[in-house]
Amino acid sequence: MSATFQELRDAINQEIPVALATVVAGEQVGAKLLVYEDGRRSGSLGNPELDARVAADALELLPRGEAQTRTYTLDDATTADVYIESHRPPRRMIIVGAVHTAIPLEKFARELGYYTIVVDAREFFATRERFPDAGELIVGWPDEVLSQLPLGPETDIVLLSHDPKFEDPALEVALRSRAGYIGAMGSKKTSAERNERLRAAGFTDEQIARIHGPIGINIGARTPGEIAVSILAEIIAVRRGRDPRQPGSGLAPAKADAAPAAGESGT
Amino acid sequence: MRDILPEIEKWQQEGEEIALATVVRASGSAPRPVGAKLAVTASGRMAGSVSGGCVEGAVFETAREVIKSGRPQLVHYGISDEMAWDVGLSCGGQIDVFIEKLV
Repeated sequence: MSATFQELRDAINQEIPVALATVVAGEQVGAKLLVYEDGRRSGSLGNPELDARVAADALELLPRGEAQTRTYTLDDATTADVYIESHRPPRRMIIVGAVHTAIPLEKFARELGYYTIVVDAREFFATRERFPDAGELIVGWPDEVLSQLPLGPETDIVLLSHDPKFEDPALEVALRSRAGYIGAMGSKKTSAERNERLRAAGFTDEQIARIHGPIGINIGARTPGEIAVSILAEIIAVRRGRDPRQPGSGLAPAKADAAPAAGESGT
Repeated sequence: MRDILPEIEKWQQEGEEIALATVVRASGSAPRPVGAKLAVTASGRMAGSVSGGCVEGAVFETAREVIKSGRPQLVHYGISDEMAWDVGLSCGGQIDVFIEKLV
């Protein structure tokens, strides 16, 4: 499998989405096939019919980033179990506001496999000393920076700056994008006031409902690290189809009305 | 895969022989989902995991056999049965692990 593994490794390192299929039971155990999003294939499972059927299934799993083992019965009545796994580029998290909570959030997000981008207009906040391992550290007006970045479904945007001057224009850019998750720090009162301003700016209730604010799930978080956990927990839940705002999710959104810990609002 | 790739690349550069174990089926309350991976070297280094720790020991032994023989193996781990001295998942889940040598 050397050549195939090498090619898989290159695709992962170059952030090219690819599915890898391996025969785990049948005649050609260990045989491998790579399938790219455009349908291009590399390698073989040892049977042209099997290659074609597995490639079709791989193209169904790859966009969803899923992995599965399927059993195939071929024209010659032999069967093969084929394990198909998807490799997609990492999700990206854009953190607007290089504040105290952004430090653990950026760190934990990387642990979860995110590529992280931290944005702040204030250069004394967005420093390498504070964010030594962030994927990108950008000093600039958040709305201008966000307009320059690709904001697709694999990008999550977290606004922590807490200041309408930075946040409102950035939120407007976020709401016009296809970003996977949009969350904004702030108490219930701050969130309601912000939503009012966005409504006045012409955004619909449906658009505004994309913003998770108060951000996070209710775990009684107080410290920056705990708030970061609460935010990431919400993002994971939303991605798995369990929006904490929906009754029946088994989760509750953060109340954001707890006594603020030093310099931060509770979540 | 992405999370253990740096280790695998480092080991390959050092000339290590490596086996890769992947959870290819999971049912019940399996501790790690399909796709979870554990890389093992002939010298005994490990990266990643295929369970919460319940079957890593057994997978580790099989992985070293696979490195020697070069033949991949598909191994099923079910509910542990202490009376039979079997290796298994005390959580009640069941997993199939495919173990192959990286060449």
